[in-house]
Amino acid sequence: MSEQSQLDEYRSRARAWLAEHAAEYATPREFSEAELVARSKAWVRKKFDAGYSAIAEPTSAGGAGGSAQQAAIFAQEEARYHTPTFTGVSIGFAMTMAAVKRHGTPEQYNHFGTLTHRGDITWCQLFSEPAAGSDLAGLRTRAVKNGDSWVVNGQKVWSSWAHHADWGILIARSDPTLPKHNGLTFFLVDMKSPGVEVRPIRQITGNSDFNETFLTDVVVPDGNRIGAEGEGWACCMTVLATERNQSRTGGSGRGDRPGSVRALIRQAAATPRDGGSALDSQAARAKLARWFVQEQGLKNFAARLSAQAKTGDPLPPTVALVKLISATLLQQTQAFLMDLDEYAGAFSTEEHDREEVFYQYLWSSALRIAGGADEVLRNQLAERALEMPGEMRADKGVPFNELPY
Amino acid sequence: MSFTLTEEQSLLRDQVRAVCDEHAQPEILRELITSNVGWREELWRVMGELGLLGAAIPESYGGVGLGALELALINQELGRAVAPVPFFSSTCMAAEAIKHAATPAQQAQWLPDLASGTRIATFAWAEGPGSPSTRPLSTTVAGARISGAKMPVPDAGVADFCVVLADRKGEDTLAVVELDQAQVGRTTLDGFDELRHHAEIRFDDARCEVLEGASGSAVVAQLFDTFATLQAFEQVGGAEGALYMARDYTLERHIFGRQLGSYQAVKHKLADILAALELASANALHAAASPGNTIAAATARIGSTEVYETAARENLQLHGGIGFTWEANCHFHYRRARLLALSLGSIEAWTDVLIDALADEADPSRAA
Repeated sequence: MSEQSQLDEYRSRARAWLAEHAAEYATPREFSEAELVARSKAWVRKKFDAGYSAIAEPTSAGGAGGSAQQAAIFAQEEARYHTPTFTGVSIGFAMTMAAVKRHGTPEQYNHFGTLTHRGDITWCQLFSEPAAGSDLAGLRTRAVKNGDSWVVNGQKVWSSWAHHADWGILIARSDPTLPKHNGLTFFLVDMKSPGVEVRPIRQITGNSDFNETFLTDVVVPDGNRIGAEGEGWACCMTVLATERNQSRTGGSGRGDRPGSVRALIRQAAATPRDGGSALDSQAARAKLARWFVQEQGLKNFAARLSAQAKTGDPLPPTVALVKLISATLLQQTQAFLMDLDEYAGAFSTEEHDREEVFYQYLWSSALRIAGGADEVLRNQLAERALEMPGEMRADKGVPFNELPY
Repeated sequence: MSFTLTEEQSLLRDQVRAVCDEHAQPEILRELITSNVGWREELWRVMGELGLLGAAIPESYGGVGLGALELALINQELGRAVAPVPFFSSTCMAAEAIKHAATPAQQAQWLPDLASGTRIATFAWAEGPGSPSTRPLSTTVAGARISGAKMPVPDAGVADFCVVLADRKGEDTLAVVELDQAQVGRTTLDGFDELRHHAEIRFDDARCEVLEGASGSAVVAQLFDTFATLQAFEQVGGAEGALYMARDYTLERHIFGRQLGSYQAVKHKLADILAALELASANALHAAASPGNTIAAATARIGSTEVYETAARENLQLHGGIGFTWEANCHFHYRRARLLALSLGSIEAWTDVLIDALADEADPSRAA
């Protein structure tokens, strides 16, 4: 049988299996967080039992021992269903496993890979700190070696859904006498360890998707260290590169969904203004045209990227523009939707439900910061795509414990 | 269409870039302005020999028979170099107008000479101030005779014939006029961009041949979409040229003990231009792959116009005082970006085209 017909057969088997099982696990419209987490883990387990979890990973690590093409086929087919996707599952499958596979031992990969790919455990990320965001390597959480284990003290923030995660990937300072990037080590931490305290952060939306995690004398066995002492920054880079890769088409495919520029134009045309509509204003037209150019540009740029990705070439450094442009675009377009109704645009009523616009406008402010702030992305574009000089660093080569702040 | 270039397309681009490196160097451009010649015949001849002038003309009419994308890629490289040749006028506008609106016999009459470069043509639409859609047209066709005046007309001084947008019994029509006849007068205009000469052309009951393949405002609007798409590549190329000129200069120039390009104010400015350029380039490629799509053409036009103007202005700005000198090369893009921003209709005009098309799409009853 040819390779193509084998893949076709794989696809039809996957399709049949999904048709039989996926609906049962679909994310309900209204769900509690706990319910989403439970459903997500159960769905991973279901796939694991059928040989559809971590398809391209070896069976020794809880994978199905299949090919990358098979994994891609199954992902395409699964995308037809609203299967549950708890963030802690994707942090585990993609980011955590990339670091453990690349920097850890085969034993560590097999052990944690199996637990993750079987749906036994989910993960959160313990990276950012109150004083270390864009400058992540300036983090202060300490890991002190004590015999066969480490004692960790510090505070982490912006850990997504950490209150539902079983394990965390942690980066901590193991040697403050070294310059800041060199003294970091990467660990896997059981979130049920004594001394781990997760507190929700109340965001400006009123929700609490993120947490602060306090680590007080948390004992981490040396066996849960990934990579060598001092290899933490390299592990972090692996995780962040995987994260960026996952979100590379963010902002694309906006089409005619709510908040798209086409939808804005429809809404402006339907908004009465001075005997005509809000779309008669040249100022409004100029803004809408500029936003449409950006929105379509992102879509067409993403199409070029996927064409490139198929050739196996690494993504170009210009990928950083996707979030840079789309986050501000979201902020501006959502503000425009409020502007259309003048004063009343600041209120949500039974007649004019604006909760979604309010939420998106608030969320856009986070989008401009998370996963690379606008300013960091501009530096990346200048340094990696235009090959301009890096920023001058006052802390370069200076031992962390000799830095003045 | 694939958004990654094929090997042949990359080779074509490299070939045009190499030809421009040799025949459109800044010293040559400066000389052309000083001598008031305005174009480089040698470069035109080389492009003809390489088959670049017939790139998108069918083989049956003496061309190479490549697609719109190849034509666009050539134009992009010419834009990058501010190449002093009537390529946009003759190869992009006149030849494309003939392909769109002429009968097969008429195409066989005119396209082979354009493909070889032995004759040059241009396209005349404007009649003084006003957008390309301004009507009624004062240039009129009756039978095989044309009267009226067109200004500005690009490359009219070097053109042998001209495709003219005129009114025939209240309908938009296109007619070919040989310029070397007593009833045609040409006056060179004092232009802002001296590397692309323009003229006013007056027709006084001149002989003409109406393109009988297609006519009407819809055909003309579609033709302008094609022009805008092709020119978007010229603008993207120009923006690229200006952006990398600025990048190179800021790396070379030192100020307060370090490279000018190491300052974040400079890096962020260029990063923003790069981001806008990538989007404009993606939009232009999409428009080239979507013939007849007004929304795609207007999107490409607006984005590429804006990014070229920004890149040209900020390139000069980052050069500091040097940028204001004749010897620096910033002024070529600074002037060209302005000319192109005006030539096929302003941002405002294209904004109305785009927003009206999107509004009609959302509510078809508006279009009626």
